[in-house]
Amino acid sequence: MRTQPTPEKSPRRKFLRDFAIGSAYLTAIAAGWLRPVYLLAAEWNKAAFDAKVLADTLKDIGAISVVDSDQIQLKAPEIAENGAIVPVEITSRVPGTQAIYIIADKNPQPLVAIFDIGAGLEPFISTRIKMGESSKVRVLVKAGDKFYVATQEVKVTIGGCGG
Amino acid sequence: MKIRAQLHGDVADIKVLMFHPMETGLRKDPITGDVIPLHFIQRVVAAHNGKTVMDAQWSQAISKNPFVNFRIRGAKPGDKVTVSWVDNKGEKASIETTLN
Repeated sequence: MRTQPTPEKSPRRKFLRDFAIGSAYLTAIAAGWLRPVYLLAAEWNKAAFDAKVLADTLKDIGAISVVDSDQIQLKAPEIAENGAIVPVEITSRVPGTQAIYIIADKNPQPLVAIFDIGAGLEPFISTRIKMGESSKVRVLVKAGDKFYVATQEVKVTIGGCGG
Repeated sequence: MKIRAQLHGDVADIKVLMFHPMETGLRKDPITGDVIPLHFIQRVVAAHNGKTVMDAQWSQAISKNPFVNFRIRGAKPGDKVTVSWVDNKGEKASIETTLN
């Protein structure tokens, strides 16, 4: 009986087998079948985060028309001595709130954060942001295909982006 | 990372502190004058008993050593809350707490 080299013993076979398996994985990743768990939802919105003027930011998050709303409560200081730490607290009473966007109009890139609000989460977020200079802080709430906004002017004594 | 959870009825108030420089890419090293490269947390996910409840995308404009506070509905003692982040260099961290 002819002895066949086993796949483990033949470097060529091993290469071919590994190559096939590797290709299958790459194809699966490219096709989006296999994704790291933390990327299961939308991809990081590079276009929106890179946008340098507010109009582009709004376009890139899909906020074509935005309606002022008194259903969004935005708590931020009127004067922030240190632009590196500006506390921002948002409570949305907009029915069906799906996402909360924090924007600092005059930051080098205005979009600060996007919070997708799952079914089990209260439409409430509190965090701390950096502001390069005095500007409006703008909070957008997405509900269905509509966007709502609340703004507050924050005066920054010492900017918090460079330094 | 640090996490603090408090149950108020069936709402869990979760406060998380992450340890990260959140470099904007605009700062210069005071000694060498070299620009310190962009390095920031891009993604933060919170799960309640394994189910994603909050999925956040961040820019470099979240403050250094990020703090975030959120509230989970329908929570009860014994439930697990997990918070994970990943940054623009692929570094990641995760923390879990059990509600009581």
